[in-house]
Amino acid sequence: MNLDNMYQEVILDHYKHPEHKGLSAKKDVQVHHINPSCGDEITLNLSMSGDVVTEITWDGIGCSISMASVSMMSGLLTGKTREEAQSILAAFLELMQSKGTESGDEVLLEDAVAFAGVSKFPARIKCALLGWMAFKDAAFQVVH
Amino acid sequence: MLMPLNPVKIRKDFPIFERTVRDGKKLIYLDSGATSQKPFAVIDAEVNFYKFHNAAVHRGAHQLAEEATDAYEGARGLVAGFIGASVDEVIFTKSATESINLLAYAMGNAPRGNRFALSPGDKIVVTEMEHHANLIPWQELSNRTGATLDWFQVNDEGRLDLSTLHAVISPETKVVAITHQSNVLGTINPLDEILKRAHEVGAVVVLDACQSIPHLAVDVSTLGVDFLAFSGHKALGPTGVGILWGKAELLDQLPPFLYGGSMIESVTMTESTWAPSPRKFEAGVPNMAQAVGLGAALEYLQAVGLNAIHKHEIDLTMQLINGLQKIEGVKIFGPTNNIMRGGTVSFAVDQIHPHDLGQYLDSLGIAVRTGHHCAWPLNKKLGVAATTRASFYLYNDSDEVEALLDGVLGAQKYFARFS
Repeated sequence: MNLDNMYQEVILDHYKHPEHKGLSAKKDVQVHHINPSCGDEITLNLSMSGDVVTEITWDGIGCSISMASVSMMSGLLTGKTREEAQSILAAFLELMQSKGTESGDEVLLEDAVAFAGVSKFPARIKCALLGWMAFKDAAFQVVH
Repeated sequence: MLMPLNPVKIRKDFPIFERTVRDGKKLIYLDSGATSQKPFAVIDAEVNFYKFHNAAVHRGAHQLAEEATDAYEGARGLVAGFIGASVDEVIFTKSATESINLLAYAMGNAPRGNRFALSPGDKIVVTEMEHHANLIPWQELSNRTGATLDWFQVNDEGRLDLSTLHAVISPETKVVAITHQSNVLGTINPLDEILKRAHEVGAVVVLDACQSIPHLAVDVSTLGVDFLAFSGHKALGPTGVGILWGKAELLDQLPPFLYGGSMIESVTMTESTWAPSPRKFEAGVPNMAQAVGLGAALEYLQAVGLNAIHKHEIDLTMQLINGLQKIEGVKIFGPTNNIMRGGTVSFAVDQIHPHDLGQYLDSLGIAVRTGHHCAWPLNKKLGVAATTRASFYLYNDSDEVEALLDGVLGAQKYFARFS
């Protein structure tokens, strides 16, 4: 198994230079998610205007996969409608569950298709999903 | 003079080392602190029980039931011999976690007047370096009974701070639950002072021996603790079997935890009385094949020799610590000398999360544990979310330590590609 399948350049780049990191002063919802098996944790602030995601900021500690994933997700979902965000999230989930058989929808996922390699490593899928699940939770709470 | 171990020869007894991992890499298994590998002797004992002797123990008037009972009780005898206990003091459980829960729940069942009964004003003492399995059952017991939970802190060297001994173990203390050897730091805790103080105030001492029993000679007849728990699977045995040992006079007074078949003396529609220990604590048909497998594991360990195993592991541990100390950006958690420590080394590498380091090492065939090792409060104390842990056993050798050190250097290069 080639390690480079997982540690793509774009992933390590996001890990070293994370985007949207640092919690915003204002937010509609704040969620805190942890990965109890490894101790990784993130706090995520979500702001929405009507149906549109206006800002995602986050802070956290974790491995390159979890941190790069939340970094990439924040950029990808900002400016999207709730419905668009949901379909991107669904596409990412499907990619993560593909056990390395899919390369991902580049139109929807953009750079996040780089995580395709992670789906071959069952123990790391939850790392890649940490931020996405936090967003899903936050988006749900904004409405309810 | 101890005969040194021959890990190459020992590995031949373990079928798993015949396989390779990650596209043909030799398996370098440095995760025995999580679970050990199994020799043929253990696998065969378990298989043979099912093949030739399987029947419910302690029941039935047929030959198989007799043979199964002999095998199961024979295993109990082997455990007792291994730890220096009387046979009736050895209780089979499904895991060390269950052993400790059994104790905590049984104490919670104690009626007023029973020596184990806890109430507000009483105190339960643990340490900051406990595995969750020896922390949460006591947290919950204190929640259920109103007893206060107190603990010893861990100092910078990764040892217990016993300067607070008399304050932490106070006259109100009823239970002191501590680990023999930290599953994260490798620290072996000094028991004498703690035992003296605990017994002075009338508390019982519960020892989590999961990380010590498989690796060093432990004799409960001289150790001085009142209860001791360990798991089979970390001691070359099967999963699904653990041990709770307790002093006979204490087990007599301890109420049962699980009620049902096998554990009774007599039963009417409205009430029942209990069989003596160990039956009182073994309701239901037990994990028989696993107990038999554990017996075989302990025989194997005894044949190799616990003192030789401990010495071997300490040699590897010091080789690893010395090597890690030469690598820039590596921090070791726990004692860096060989005094009162076992073969477990936790460390962190600057700029590389343990998960990523573990993944890189895995690509070389090296299996380590990463994460908080089920000791979250200790990790918080150490100021890290996670560490990487290498833990040794009798089948590891010096070349494998070198491979790990090379792996750490390789990981530093690999993850420094982008900055």
